[in-house]
Amino acid sequence: MAKILLEMKNITKTFPGVKALDNVNFKVEEGEIHALVGENGAGKSTLMNVLSGIYPYGTYEGDIVYDGEVCKFNKIKDSESKGIVIIHQELALVPEMTIGENMYLGNEVGSKAAIDWDKTYSEADKYLKMAGLTESSKIKVKEIGTGKQQLVEIAKALSKHARLLILDEPTSSLNEEDSKALLDLMLNFKKQGMTMIIITHKLNEVAYVSDKITVLRDGSTIETLDCHGAEKISEDRIIKGMVGREMTNRFPKRENVPIGDVMLEVSNWTVQHPKYTERNVVNDVSMNVRKGEVVGIYGLMGAGRTELAMSIFGQSYGTLLNGTLKINGQEVKLRKSPSDAIRHKIAYVTEDRKGNGLVLSQSIKVNTTLANLAAVSKNTVLDKDAEYAAAEDYRQKLKTKTPSVEQLVGNLSGGNQQKVLLAKWMFAEPDILILDEPTRGIDVGAKYEIYCIINDLAAAGKSVIMISSELPEVIGMSDRIYIMNASRIVGEMPASEATQENIMSMILASGRGD
Amino acid sequence: MNSRSIKAFLKKNTMIIALIIVIIFFSVTTGGKILYAQNINNLFSQNAYVFILATGMLCTILTGGNIDLSVGSVVCFTGGIGAVMMDRGINGFIAFFVMILVGLLIGMFQGFWVAYVSVPPFIVTLAGMYAFRGLSNVVLNGYSIGVRDEMFLKVFGGGADCYIPNFLGGGKLNMTCMVAGVVIAALMVVLNIKTWIARKVKGYSNESMTVEIARLVIFAALILWIAWKLSNYKGIPTVLIWICAILMIYHYITQKTAIGRYLYAVGGNRKATELSGVNTKKVFFLAYSNMGLMAGLAGVLTLARMAQGNPTFGQAYEMDAIAACFIGGASAYGGIGSVPGMVVGAILLGVINQGMSIMGMSTNYQSVVKGLVLLVAVMFDVVSKKKE
Repeated sequence: MAKILLEMKNITKTFPGVKALDNVNFKVEEGEIHALVGENGAGKSTLMNVLSGIYPYGTYEGDIVYDGEVCKFNKIKDSESKGIVIIHQELALVPEMTIGENMYLGNEVGSKAAIDWDKTYSEADKYLKMAGLTESSKIKVKEIGTGKQQLVEIAKALSKHARLLILDEPTSSLNEEDSKALLDLMLNFKKQGMTMIIITHKLNEVAYVSDKITVLRDGSTIETLDCHGAEKISEDRIIKGMVGREMTNRFPKRENVPIGDVMLEVSNWTVQHPKYTERNVVNDVSMNVRKGEVVGIYGLMGAGRTELAMSIFGQSYGTLLNGTLKINGQEVKLRKSPSDAIRHKIAYVTEDRKGNGLVLSQSIKVNTTLANLAAVSKNTVLDKDAEYAAAEDYRQKLKTKTPSVEQLVGNLSGGNQQKVLLAKWMFAEPDILILDEPTRGIDVGAKYEIYCIINDLAAAGKSVIMISSELPEVIGMSDRIYIMNASRIVGEMPASEATQENIMSMILASGRGD
Repeated sequence: MNSRSIKAFLKKNTMIIALIIVIIFFSVTTGGKILYAQNINNLFSQNAYVFILATGMLCTILTGGNIDLSVGSVVCFTGGIGAVMMDRGINGFIAFFVMILVGLLIGMFQGFWVAYVSVPPFIVTLAGMYAFRGLSNVVLNGYSIGVRDEMFLKVFGGGADCYIPNFLGGGKLNMTCMVAGVVIAALMVVLNIKTWIARKVKGYSNESMTVEIARLVIFAALILWIAWKLSNYKGIPTVLIWICAILMIYHYITQKTAIGRYLYAVGGNRKATELSGVNTKKVFFLAYSNMGLMAGLAGVLTLARMAQGNPTFGQAYEMDAIAACFIGGASAYGGIGSVPGMVVGAILLGVINQGMSIMGMSTNYQSVVKGLVLLVAVMFDVVSKKKE
């Protein structure tokens, strides 16, 4: 048995109100690639932040034993000096600076008085080559594509003499070809004796590179699987560990809601990334939703779900290259503005309620009427009483818990904020509602209430598109499900036929490209 | 040279080309007066405060487009302190150190709020602008106080004789100045060639020899020309030494040291910088502390030039410094900008000011033109970025 390089013992990390990690145990042997898997919010990134010292010693309970000694890291530099280097999910590069400057940022070569630029660049070139890049380290980071930027991150890690390399979702922004190259690079590093931890959602990647798999769920370690053991680890086996919870009556039934004609239909919808024009974030997507129907779109993070929704909502993301949009059977050309979409009775309820959805520093009242001020004003002059009445009406309808509608939205809990966001868009009187992760980050009780609101909307004849990365939610709430992966719709099924396993395997099949 | 490399060249040196065009324009409209030795001399001595303040301002702007509105008031306040001290018979050099120290402390005070309490810099320095203007009045009791310390005036560029003494004589031509110019030009050429050869030997990538030689010839010619002009007037103004020293030190810091790198990195992507293990709060603190230090030094130079402390001095100085940085290519969002760029911006502003004064244009219209130049320069920058 090989030597244990890293052992994290009984790690518990609490944020105000949430226990993000609960007694997690995690062991990594020297020279292996260890995959850390789990659903969004299972605690993977938190665990790695504890390890790298972003959450300093003392803010968590438990011990980190690395290379035989107990470590107390206070900052990133401490863990890096031991050779533990983390590559974050979001690229941590400064676009306006050169590759070389980025690689040695915070780690400059030369004396205290002067950076030795010549040495910086020649060293940088050396590590770039090891990471499989032929670019000169003197060009700016913004001039290379995302795939290569990820390799720059790896070269940066190598330059820090990494012994334990942690990759947090390294392929989430890469296309298949670049992903494959990256994984092969990892296998190559393993041959040279490096130890790696990879966090990923893509189970085919897990199967491709890892020696061991640790599954986290709701902040606890569920199990560690050995890929070279007697039992062959199938992807279904991993999913079972990840999902694992019992499906009870978490979803209110929707009864006797007649499903009518097609309300919204998009065909051959193709959208280009706003910055990296060589990438299509939505690729040849065709879908529809009927009156009174709840359609679920399931896909992992980065599958293109939000991009699809936002591009339908008045092209508020990316550039539409191709595709037609029909409302009520009539082809509609939406101009590049959300207000045009709202006029055509489309509403998009964002996944990022704090960033894109609500004005946190304003009251419930102001937020509720924001998307449809015309309804509470006469000749552009606001009728404050009508506004108050409208907000109060929605407060009662959605059972928002607040002393008054004058309360600032920033002071509400996540679930109540989500209700205000829904109220805002319901007040805009749409026929088509696109709900993007409507229950993200809110507690179980509030989720149930949101589900009831969705059912009421469907019962009122509205068309609802619900985007979610929680499988049970998609299966429990939808009439019909589209499955999205890598910018495409890869499957469609009625909810009655859907199981977690067959949806997951559909994604995995498309991910492998067969 | 193909058309693409010409385009790249034009884009990289837009402001230098603009400066040359402006100089040619004013040479014609003023009948060559703008190139008189005295006017070259005045360009530096009148705008000394702009160079110094813009150096500090560049550092804060790099961290994310953050400006410091208080510097004009701080210049006035530190100047007032110096004037009062010397008026009471305290030695000019002690006064100098006190002024510099007060500037630094003010910078640290403001930097603390910006960096560690996260009060927006605009607010912190707006508060400072009011407060230190008021304190200037308190210190000076509302009056202007003259400076009679000859040594202080001479060293910091004020009074009638604020030039490097002419040891070498030479009659009408100030030999000391000319020789200094030749030595500096030669030194620059030799040092650059030395690094060029060293890089070649170590096998690092290098500029092509023709480009390198062309660059050196242009710079050497420029230095010699300025030296010749100044020699024909009264020699090297002492204030020019201060300006050059500060510019060189800060060019070095921004290009060659880790803290310089962090200024750019924080402005370019704060999160990424933090994840690279850099203490970003400290970077903000240092940028604003340094701005205070520069304001203190500008206070010294302004006090010497005016030969008095006055509670109205330094008004709108902050705006000149900010404009110089932005005209010189600094990004309003941070992360982009350089000392040489800023110098070009400051000189461009100075030349426009001076040219219009010589032409006898009213100061009201001068202000309008300055505003338009700033707008056009930044607009050009934004538009050319968009096209990329």
